[in-house]
Amino acid sequence: MEAPTLPPTTTQERAPAPVFVWNRRHLLDLESLSREEVLHVLDTADSMAEVSRRSRKKVPTLQGRIVFNLFFENSTRTRTSFDLAAKRLSADVQDFTAAVSSLSKGESFIDTAKNLEAMGADVLVVRHATAGAPHLLSKHVQCSIINAGDGAHEHPTQGLLDLMTIRQAKGKIDGLTVALVGDISHSRVARSNIWGLLKLGAKVILCGPSTLVPRGFEKLGCRISNDLDAIMPEIDVINVLRLQHERQQRGLFPSLSEYFKLYGVTQERLDNARPGLLLLAPGPINRGIELTPEVADGPNSLILSQVNNGLAVRMAVLYLVSGRLGPDTPAS
Amino acid sequence: MRTMQIKGGRIIDPSQKLDRVTSLWIGRGRVLAIGEEGYDDPETVIDATGLIVTPGLIDIHVHLREPGNEEDETIATGARAALAGGVTSVACMPNTVPAIDTKGAAEFVVLQAKRARQANVYPVGAVSKGRKGEELAELGQLVEGGAIAFTDDGAPVASASLMRRALQYARMFDKVIMQHCQVPELTVGGVMNDGFESMRLGIPGMPAAAEDIMVARDIRLAEITGGRLHIQHISTERSVELVREGKRRGIAVTAEACPHHITLTDESLRSFDANFKMNPPLRTKRDIDAIIEGLKDGTIDVIATDHAPHAPEKKMRELDQAPFGIVGLETLLPIAIHALIEPGHLDWPGMIARLTSNPARIFGLDKGSLRVGQDADVTLIDPQARWTIDPTRFHSKSRNTPYGGWEVKGRAHTTIVGGEVRHTLGGIVQRPAAHAAL
Repeated sequence: MEAPTLPPTTTQERAPAPVFVWNRRHLLDLESLSREEVLHVLDTADSMAEVSRRSRKKVPTLQGRIVFNLFFENSTRTRTSFDLAAKRLSADVQDFTAAVSSLSKGESFIDTAKNLEAMGADVLVVRHATAGAPHLLSKHVQCSIINAGDGAHEHPTQGLLDLMTIRQAKGKIDGLTVALVGDISHSRVARSNIWGLLKLGAKVILCGPSTLVPRGFEKLGCRISNDLDAIMPEIDVINVLRLQHERQQRGLFPSLSEYFKLYGVTQERLDNARPGLLLLAPGPINRGIELTPEVADGPNSLILSQVNNGLAVRMAVLYLVSGRLGPDTPAS
Repeated sequence: MRTMQIKGGRIIDPSQKLDRVTSLWIGRGRVLAIGEEGYDDPETVIDATGLIVTPGLIDIHVHLREPGNEEDETIATGARAALAGGVTSVACMPNTVPAIDTKGAAEFVVLQAKRARQANVYPVGAVSKGRKGEELAELGQLVEGGAIAFTDDGAPVASASLMRRALQYARMFDKVIMQHCQVPELTVGGVMNDGFESMRLGIPGMPAAAEDIMVARDIRLAEITGGRLHIQHISTERSVELVREGKRRGIAVTAEACPHHITLTDESLRSFDANFKMNPPLRTKRDIDAIIEGLKDGTIDVIATDHAPHAPEKKMRELDQAPFGIVGLETLLPIAIHALIEPGHLDWPGMIARLTSNPARIFGLDKGSLRVGQDADVTLIDPQARWTIDPTRFHSKSRNTPYGGWEVKGRAHTTIVGGEVRHTLGGIVQRPAAHAAL
C-alpha cells in the first residue's frame, strides 16, 4: 500500500523538527498515545483545515479507499463529521446503522465488522455504547478502527478537536488551566480530554456534583472541585459537558434546576472569570441546563470552531491511520 | 482380590495428618491399606515416584449447565473436565434451566452423573422456588433427591427474611446455605470492581461494599438462627475480616475462595477481554493479600473454582453483554500452586486440606480421605510438570479462561474414582510380569 499524498501545507509547521513516523493502524483512545503522537495529529489537522478553506473542498488523498461508519449507537453530528471528512479526502463512505442492520437479527457486532471488512473496508469508524468495543474489534479485523465513542470510556476525536480548538485560540496548551464541568463519571469526552490535556501539560480541574465526579480522578493528576464559582477566576478554558437527563432519573442529583443553580454556566459566572476565558461544549447542548443561550452564543464561545475543527481532526485521523500499517501488520 | 498398588509417591492426607512416602493399596473400589506391607501380586502397580498422592480433590462450586444450557457444558463434559483437573467430586450449582429446585431435578443430576461415569457429582439445591428469592424451595425433598447444600448462586438471597428462614429450616437437615453475597441494588449494571480502574475505563462498577454488607448481614442471621452459612467465592478484604470475626465468636460460618480471586486484579480489564469478567469481580491487590491471609489462618476453609463455562459466541462479546464467569476445573491445581505453594503461603498438606478434608467436613461428604475403607478416590499430582495452558485442549465444552498461554507448574497426573483410573497422562501404570503371564 503506497502512502497517500498529504495536501500542500500552508499553515506554519509546528511538529517537532525530527521526522516523526506515525505507525498506528488504529485510533482507539488518547490514553495510549504519546505526547508526540497527539501533537502530530494536531499538526496534521492544522494542515487539513486548509483544505476546508478552499473553494473546492476536496483532495484525492484517500481516493479508492472505503470508509464505513459503523454506528451501534445514535449519533448525528459525529457521524456527519466523519462522513464529510472522508469525502473531503475522496474516500468512498458508507453508513452502517445498527437499527436497520442484521444486528437486529442477532448477528454479533464482530461478525458485522468482519462482513464489512470482506466488502473491502479500509477503515471502520465505530461508535458503540460499550466501553472497549472498538478495542475488541481491533483484535478481530485487519482494517483500521477509529473509535468514534465507546460507552463512557473515550471519544478520542472529540478530545483532539477540543485540544485543537484550545491551541488555535491560545497558541499553546502547556500551562493552561482547563475545567471540565458536569457529569465526568459517565463522560467519554471527559476521559479523552483528561488524557490529552495532561499529556500536553495543561492543569485539569474536574467540577460537578460529587455523585458525578469520582475522587479517583485525583490519582490521574486532576484536581476535583464541587464549587464552580470558586474555580472560575483561575481557569483559562471551561469545557461544559452534556448532562444526560437519565442521570437525574437515576437519582444522581435531585433536579435539573438545582443542577443549573450549582453548575449552569451563566453570564454572571463568566463575569468572574479571567478575560479571554474560552468556552467549549462538545454538544449537543441543553440551553438553560448546562449553559444559558447568551453564553452559548457569546464572545467566549468556541462551540462552532469546535465543529469546524472536528472536521479537520477527523480528516487527519483518517489520513494517518490509512497511511501507515503498524509494524506488526503484514502489508497485503 | 484384584488390587492396585500406588508406590513411591508422597502420600498427603490431611484427614489423617499423613505426609510420607509409601504405598497406597486399593481393592474393591476402596482403600485397603497404606504402607509398604500390602498384598501379594497386585494386578496393577502405579509408579508414583516424584508424585504427590492425595485424596481425590473436591470442588464444591461448579456450574455444569445441564439442564438448559448444554451448549456451554453438560454434566458429562464438566465431570470429565473435573477429572482432567484432578477433581474426583464436584458440587454443581442449581442455576440451570429449569433450576434444581425439586427432588426430581436433583435426581436428574445424580442420574446423569451416574451415566457419565466421570467424577462424582453432587447437586446443590436452590434455596428458593425458581431461584426467585421469594418462597423457600422444598429443601427436605431436595435432600431426598441428593442435594448436599442449598444456594441461589448466581443471585444472592436478597431478602433478609427469606435468608433467615432458610438458615433456620436447613438446620433440620444439618445442611449449609451457600450464599453469593452481594446487595443487588448496589451492583445494578455493574461489570467490574468499582474503583480506580472502573473509573478510568468508564465501566460500570460493583463496589466491594455490596459483598461486605451482605456477608455482615448473613453472619448475623446465622448467629441468631444457629444455621450454617457458607460464603461463596469471597472476594473482598472486609468480607474476610467479617468471616474471621464471625468464627471467633463461634458462629457457624465457613468460606471458600477461588483461584482467580488470588491471582488477578481489576487492572486486567484494561484489555476489555470478557474472560476477565466474573461475579464477584476481580478486585485489587489488597483484597488478594487479605484472601491469601484468610486461607493461611483458616478463616477461609475451602478452595473452589466457580467453574462457569460459557460458549465462545456468548463470551466473545461487548464487555457489558458478555456473561460473568470463567472455567476453572482444568486450571485449578497449577493456578493454586502458583498463588499459594510457590510463594510459600501454604504448604502442600495445607493446600490439600482446603481441597479435600475441609470441603468434605463442611458438606458432610464421606469423601476427601484415604482412611482404610474409604472410597478409593485418589489424585496423583505431578508437582514439577511444566506446561502451557491451552484452552483448545480443555475437556470442558467451553474455553473461557483468562489463563490461556500461561506457563505453569504442576498438574493432575492421574485421577482415580472408586478404584478406577479415569484419567491419566499415562506412562506409569504397569502390570507386573507375573500377571501378564497368567
